[in-house]
Amino acid sequence: MTIDTKFHHGDPVTHAPIVEMKGIEKHFGNVIALAGVSFDIRPGECHCLLGDNGAGKSTFIKTMSGVHKPTKGEILFEGKPMSFSSPRDAMEAGIATVFQDLAMIPLMSVTRNFFMGREPKKGKGLFERMDMDAANDICVEEMRKMGINLRGPDQAVGTLSGGERQTVAIARAVYFGAKVLILDEPTSALGVRQTSNVLATIDRVRKQGVGVVFISHNVRHALAVGDRFTVLNRGKTSAPPPAATSRPRSCRT
Amino acid sequence: MPTDAALTMEDERIKTEPFVARLMKRPELGAVGGVILVTIFFFITADRSMFTLSGIMNFLTPAAQLGILGIAAAMLMIGGEFDLSIGSMVAFAGMIFGALTVNLGLPLVLSIPLTFLFAGLVGAANGWIVIRSGLPSFIVTLAGLFILRGASLVGLKLFTGGSTQLRGVREAVEGDFLTPVFSGDAFGFVFNWLASVGLVDTFRSGLPKVPGIPVEILWFVLVALAATYVLLRTARGNWIFAAGGDRNAASNSGVPVNKVKISLFVCTACAAALVAIITVIDSGSTDARRGFMKEFEAIITAVIGGCLLTGGYGSAIGAFFGAIIFGMVTIGLTYTNFDQDWFQVFLGGMLLIAVLFNNAIRKRVTGER
Repeated sequence: MTIDTKFHHGDPVTHAPIVEMKGIEKHFGNVIALAGVSFDIRPGECHCLLGDNGAGKSTFIKTMSGVHKPTKGEILFEGKPMSFSSPRDAMEAGIATVFQDLAMIPLMSVTRNFFMGREPKKGKGLFERMDMDAANDICVEEMRKMGINLRGPDQAVGTLSGGERQTVAIARAVYFGAKVLILDEPTSALGVRQTSNVLATIDRVRKQGVGVVFISHNVRHALAVGDRFTVLNRGKTSAPPPAATSRPRSCRT
Repeated sequence: MPTDAALTMEDERIKTEPFVARLMKRPELGAVGGVILVTIFFFITADRSMFTLSGIMNFLTPAAQLGILGIAAAMLMIGGEFDLSIGSMVAFAGMIFGALTVNLGLPLVLSIPLTFLFAGLVGAANGWIVIRSGLPSFIVTLAGLFILRGASLVGLKLFTGGSTQLRGVREAVEGDFLTPVFSGDAFGFVFNWLASVGLVDTFRSGLPKVPGIPVEILWFVLVALAATYVLLRTARGNWIFAAGGDRNAASNSGVPVNKVKISLFVCTACAAALVAIITVIDSGSTDARRGFMKEFEAIITAVIGGCLLTGGYGSAIGAFFGAIIFGMVTIGLTYTNFDQDWFQVFLGGMLLIAVLFNNAIRKRVTGER
């Protein structure tokens, strides 16, 4: 069950869901990790997935991002039935996942991390090279859009704070065309100020029309940005959290 | 858009970074500083003739031979792996090259590519085993060190009928159009001209004391430039840094980590083959002790050049200067009154200082607190 709290964020989102998952079941041998979970995500909304340890959150997002295949159930992507055979497929379709380890390399510069594996190129044949100027410009610009002023594009990721790294990972996913952004516990290791930065980033991304799936333990963080909430309990969607009537708005920018 | 730029740069919490601090973050810094220190040291202690043109060529030649290996080792280290078999590979490639030119009588245009092919295959095998087994490359290539050294001994005996030295390479390659590319001195005409106008020292006969630039120095510079270009300006360079920095993060981001690492092993083996070809043609023979201990010297070069043993950080230009330091110290001590055997003490000291220095630099770069 999901609870709709759109009234809080102005106009209700009327778009059709980008991803719709119906009655997803996932069994690992005799363990039933997911027992019929339904979930959907629409453009420009933040759908929070809450649940205790072992509730099946991780299994569920891994199903969504193509790591696992559901045992039963249906995944619709933009209205069409879809089965992803690998995370790469899901990524190409526009489902990007920012895992907790962030896939960042501390010793490398922000630009090099940003374009890692997807470098902009110029020149032909033997002279094909990385377009560093374009890469630097894009990177600084995208980070500025997210509210981070880099010292320079050659700043090492290791010198960024946890929240800033999270933002780089989110900015990277969005820049490379994510329609759905799955954030796995993005605020779990962060302090108050950094958390509010990340929540502000989520809000910015949502305003660009990306659907955000926000997985969290922390109900307060979820309430701060969520449009809808789904609670997982023992592999099933369970009753929604208390209605978010007095949700703090301090994190919204 | 100047306003945009201003927006980007304006942040009251960011101090403008002083030039020195920016410089401190370059991986090459240690090696460049080392070159300056060593130069000052020899300026004070060594005979003046060390810094004449012939003296400089004298110490750049061994530096070049080691540097080609060191740069390849540096790239592999940045990619997060080691190759201890590189020295034995010089002997092995030398043996292959000798056998192809002397025993089979092949022209260089065939024997050189074939030597590279053999070396490349061994390198690929090394890389493949490291990747597939997930074992540290240290132990896999340590096995390679012994296997290749032994194979060179056995092979040489086989090809020469019992000797561990294969002679006759010079005669076999004489007159080959590729010989000048891999041996002798280049730009001799320039030096002859300089001598004729009195710009360089000459013998009494009027010939210049330095007949040209030894080709290995040109190869050395070429390899350094190519490696730097690949590392800093191509997507592949980015993949090398990424593969060495964190292989999981890199492959999650779509970097073909295994391919990158295997090709780096191939590159290292080919660098060893290049050094083997140059030195074998130069001396006219090959033996099983060729390249002895070069694996360690190459790694020292890379570390002095700013590479971290953990991978993901370093530079080819650093290794270039690291090799020059090495050459200066090896040859330079003969120009001084010091006992030459101080060399190893000096080397160990340099290595220790370099590692401590690199560690401090890494902390600065990653902002470890």
